[in-house]
Amino acid sequence: MSDRADVVLETRGLVKHFRSKVGAVRAVDGVDLHLRRGETLGVVGESGCGKSTLAKLLVGLEKPTAGEIGVRGQNMAALTGGALRRARRHIQMVLQDPYTSLNPRMTVGDIVGEPFAIHPDVVPRRGRLRAVQDLLDTVGLSPDHANRYPHQFSGGQRQRIGIARALALKPEIIVCDEPVSALDVSIQAQVINLLEQLQDEFGLSYVFIAHDLSVVRHISDRVAVMYLGKIVEIGDDREIYEQPTHPYTQALLSAVPVPDPRLRGRRDQIVLSGDVPSPADPPSGCRFRTRCWKAREVCAEQEPALQIRDRSPHPSACHFAEVRDVLHSG
Amino acid sequence: MTEIRAETDVLPGVDRAAPLLEVTDLHVEFRTRYGVAHAVNGVNFRVSPGETLAILGESGCGKSVTAQAVMGILDSPPGHVTGGEVRYRGLDLLPLPEEQRRRVRANRIAMIFQDALSALNPVYTVGFQLGELFRVHRGMSRRDARKRAVELLDQVQIPLAKARIGDYPHQFSGGMRQRVMIAMALALDPEVLIADEPTTALDVTVQAQIMGLLAEQQRQRNMGLILITHDMGVVADVADRIAVMYAGKVVEEAPVHDIYARPAHPYTRALLESIPRLDHKGGQLNVIRGLPPALDAIPAGCPFHPRCDYAQDACRHDPPPPYAVAPGRTARCHFWREVVGDE
Repeated sequence: MSDRADVVLETRGLVKHFRSKVGAVRAVDGVDLHLRRGETLGVVGESGCGKSTLAKLLVGLEKPTAGEIGVRGQNMAALTGGALRRARRHIQMVLQDPYTSLNPRMTVGDIVGEPFAIHPDVVPRRGRLRAVQDLLDTVGLSPDHANRYPHQFSGGQRQRIGIARALALKPEIIVCDEPVSALDVSIQAQVINLLEQLQDEFGLSYVFIAHDLSVVRHISDRVAVMYLGKIVEIGDDREIYEQPTHPYTQALLSAVPVPDPRLRGRRDQIVLSGDVPSPADPPSGCRFRTRCWKAREVCAEQEPALQIRDRSPHPSACHFAEVRDVLHSG
Repeated sequence: MTEIRAETDVLPGVDRAAPLLEVTDLHVEFRTRYGVAHAVNGVNFRVSPGETLAILGESGCGKSVTAQAVMGILDSPPGHVTGGEVRYRGLDLLPLPEEQRRRVRANRIAMIFQDALSALNPVYTVGFQLGELFRVHRGMSRRDARKRAVELLDQVQIPLAKARIGDYPHQFSGGMRQRVMIAMALALDPEVLIADEPTTALDVTVQAQIMGLLAEQQRQRNMGLILITHDMGVVADVADRIAVMYAGKVVEEAPVHDIYARPAHPYTRALLESIPRLDHKGGQLNVIRGLPPALDAIPAGCPFHPRCDYAQDACRHDPPPPYAVAPGRTARCHFWREVVGDE
C-alpha cells in the first residue's frame, strides 16, 4: 500500500445484501478499495454488478450489511444521527439522470442552496444567495439562473445544476454515478471537461461510476472492474486497458466498439455467451466461471482472491490470470 | 410460401430493377398547440440489398422520425409528412392506402426498436405473437405457424427455443427479448430492416452478441439494413455508409472509411473529436459549444452555424446545398474544402 496519509476514502469488506422473495440479493459482496487525494477512481461493470449500490453505500444513502467505510479516520458505517450527517458533508454525490434528480417544484437557487439548510454552519444565512450564485458561476451557468426551474434547462445544464449542488458543502470527495450517460455526446464532453476542471481547482477526489469504458478511461487514474458484487480486477489506467489479466475485463474491453473503421475485423473479439447470473443466486467459487472460457474445476470450488499473481502484476481475482492486450492485437 | 408471397408482388408500381429503398426530399413536421416543429427537413438516402446505412445523430436530430415516416408508423396527428417520396423498388409508399401499406410493412420493410419490452405485447406469449405473423400474413395453420416460430427463435439463437415459446416477454432477459424482436422482424423475410438504436439499452457484452446476430442475418438474407444510432463506435464496426443528421437534415453522407478518416462537415468533425477513446488516453476533449437548435426555431442559413468554428457570413443566410465532395459523398457545408483539408 502507498502512503496512508494520502487516502481520503477506504472501504473494508463492504457488503450490502437486500432481502427479497428469492432470498438475499448480494448486491455488493465484499469490496475493499481506497481513494487517494486528488485522484479519480473509475468503477466499471455491467447492469446488476452492484456499482450503483456501491455508490449509495459510499455516500451513506444505504447502510451496509457489513464492513467499514473510512472517511477522515471515522468509520461512516457505524455512525448515526448528527454524527453521520456531519460526516456525509465531506462526500457528496452527482446522480445519473438530470431529469429526475432535481425537484421540479424548487427553483435552481433553492436546489443548489438546500445543502446549506441541512448544514447551516457552512455558510451564514446572509451569505447564502451569494454562495449559490458563485456556485452557478463555477459550473458555467449564469448567476441569474437561480430563479428559474429545472424544466427551463437542457439535460447538460441540469447536470451542471446537480454538480453545483454537490459542490455546495465543499466536499473532499464526489461520487459520480453515471454522470454523463444520459447526455448526448457533444454535451457529454462539456460535462466531463467541467468535472476535470473542478477537480484541479478544488483538489477533489472522485469515485467515477460508469458503464462506458471509454469515458472511464478518459477521466480515471485507476480503474476497478466489478462483476456480480465484487471487484475482479483493479489497477491504473494502463494496467486495466493495456494489460488486463482477468477474463471478464478482457471480454468487456473487446466488446466495446471503437470509433475507427480501420480496426474492423482486426480486433481480438471475445464474445461472451449468456447473461450475468442473478445476484440472488451467484455461482459457487468464481462468479464469472459460468461465462468464462478458461473455467476449470478449481474455479467452482475455490473463490479466487483479488490479489497480485504470478502472471498479473496488479490485483486480479482469477486463478488463471494472464496479460492479454485485447485493444491492440490482431 | 412463394404463392402467398406473390400477393404483395402484384402491388402495382413495384419494379424489381429499381433501387431497393430510396428516400427523396422527405419532410415531416409536428403541429402542436405551441407551434410547428420541423423535425425532418429534406432528407435523402438510398439503401441497396446487403448494404448497411447508418443514420447517425444526437437526440432531436430527426433520425427516429425519419424511420417512422419510412415505415408509415408516424404518430399522426401531431406528425405529418409534408413532402417527399419513400420509394420501395420504385413504388412510392407515401400515397398508398393504409391496407396496402400494411402489407409492405413486415413483408418488405421491417423495424426493430430500442426497447423490446414495450415493443412486444406483454399479455401474449412470444410463440403466439410470432405465430400470429404467419397466420395473418401467410395464412398458415396454428400448428405450422408454431413450428415456424420455433425455427425462428432457433435462428436468433435463443437457447431451448421449443421450451421458451410459451413464455411471456417479461420472462426473457434484455438481450433475449431483443432477439425475440429481431425474430419477429425477420419472420416475413423483409428486404429492408430498420434498426432504431437496437442496442442502446443493452450492456456492451450483450450489445456485441446482438450486433453479431444482426450482421449474420443480414449477410445470409442479403438484406438492406438501416441502423439508426448515436454511437460512433457501433457505426465504425458495422456500417458501409453513414448519413449524419443535424436539425432534420443529412449534413454529410459518405462511405464509412472516408468519414472517420476525413470528415467533410464541421459537425461530423466536432462529434468525432468530442468522444473519449478506449484505445488511448487522450487530453482534453473537444467541445461543441451551445446546444442543438429547438425544432420550432431552426436558425436561418446553415442550422449548425451558431456552433460552428468555420462559420462566416454566408452561413448565416444561405442554406448550404449537398455539395459533392467525391463520388458517393456529399456535405452540406460551404467550406467543406477547408474542413476536409484540416488535420
